[in-house]
Amino acid sequence: MQTTSDEVLIAKIANGDRLAMETLFARYRIPVFRFVKRMVRNETTAEDLNSDVFLDVWRQAGTFEGRSAVSTWIFAIARFKALNALQRRPTEELDEAKADTIADDTDDPEIALAKKDKAAVLRQCLLKLSAEHREIVNLVYYQHKSVEEVAGIVGIPEATVKTRMFYARKKLSELLAEQGIERGWP
Amino acid sequence: MTAANNSTPGGTARDREPSEIELLLPWYAAGTLDPDETRQVEAALARDPELASRYEWVSAELAQETAIGDAAGAPSPGDARTLFAKIDALPARRTNPSAGLSARIAEFLTSLSPRTLAWSAAAAALVIMLQAGLLAGFVFQTKSQGGYQTASAPTTAPGEGSYVLIRFQPQATAADIASFLEANKLSIVSGPAGGQLFQVRVAPTKLSQADLTRIVNTLQNDKVVGFIAATN
Repeated sequence: MQTTSDEVLIAKIANGDRLAMETLFARYRIPVFRFVKRMVRNETTAEDLNSDVFLDVWRQAGTFEGRSAVSTWIFAIARFKALNALQRRPTEELDEAKADTIADDTDDPEIALAKKDKAAVLRQCLLKLSAEHREIVNLVYYQHKSVEEVAGIVGIPEATVKTRMFYARKKLSELLAEQGIERGWP
Repeated sequence: MTAANNSTPGGTARDREPSEIELLLPWYAAGTLDPDETRQVEAALARDPELASRYEWVSAELAQETAIGDAAGAPSPGDARTLFAKIDALPARRTNPSAGLSARIAEFLTSLSPRTLAWSAAAAALVIMLQAGLLAGFVFQTKSQGGYQTASAPTTAPGEGSYVLIRFQPQATAADIASFLEANKLSIVSGPAGGQLFQVRVAPTKLSQADLTRIVNTLQNDKVVGFIAATN
């Protein structure tokens, strides 16, 4: 059975086709949710934003010009909403990132043991990256976006995509070094 | 140019500018480079051990970011209802007849597109690969359960075990993959996810990091493996 392309679905959505909207939503609800959650680090906020992203897709489908892939367009909307949410967020909010940091500062035997595990330390360091860095790391490693697609989502030149990813990895190296793991450069 | 050649004379490794190839390593690991770039990175990795060593870290990063992403879970089951309630609350919009026409044209063109046909064929091939993997996993499980067990013998709960992410070489056939899975007593548990990655169980129990690394190092030498990383 042939799968309906994203472009066809968007064209149908622009014409008010709810079934097409359901199909597109089913296709992207989880990847977009996970991307947004990685950005805002809060389950409830991520769920609200996810819904807002697809509401915008419904509203704006008629303006989609096909200059990029539909998935690039959807992730760009998601990114924009996530960044707005991060700017709005009260500074006193205890989010998962801060909780991670607090947990990481303790020195109970279990954490100490985990620190010996390279993979666990690497995971902790990935969680500590800035919004700008974790966004690109997630898009490249988890969402499997090409250089061109990341450029389209983030709105920066392809050369900048490559260097930003590199600097994200360099920051990761610094965080690892703080945990006693020296991996050279980056 | 190798990564090592980029070192700043007299400077530390941290002062060095990365080569173009080094910048591409994350996309190489994710399987999102075009064929030309892929070949360039593979050639560079083959001739530059230092770059290859750095690539091991890239693979580890991809595996851990995958673990973080998977752990993010999914929105609540009622999310579709919430979305469509919001859509229903919007003012009714006028339908655009030209949009309906463009949808039909787009659908027609898509039905004729060789690219779509190629992707359909690729998807079918992956289904065959997955079936082969599951079959091999079933054979292994059947073999491993052949011995005597008491009624109180410990069992392995679903989800326990040690796992890796594998992307098979594009030229690997279903038979190659089935043989690889059976020979190494592996079973595919999910996939393919983005980047054509399969989650593969390498042991029914959680192995130590050292043991898992040893298995990864062994498996990555197999000709059917394009990418592999531990996820534990």
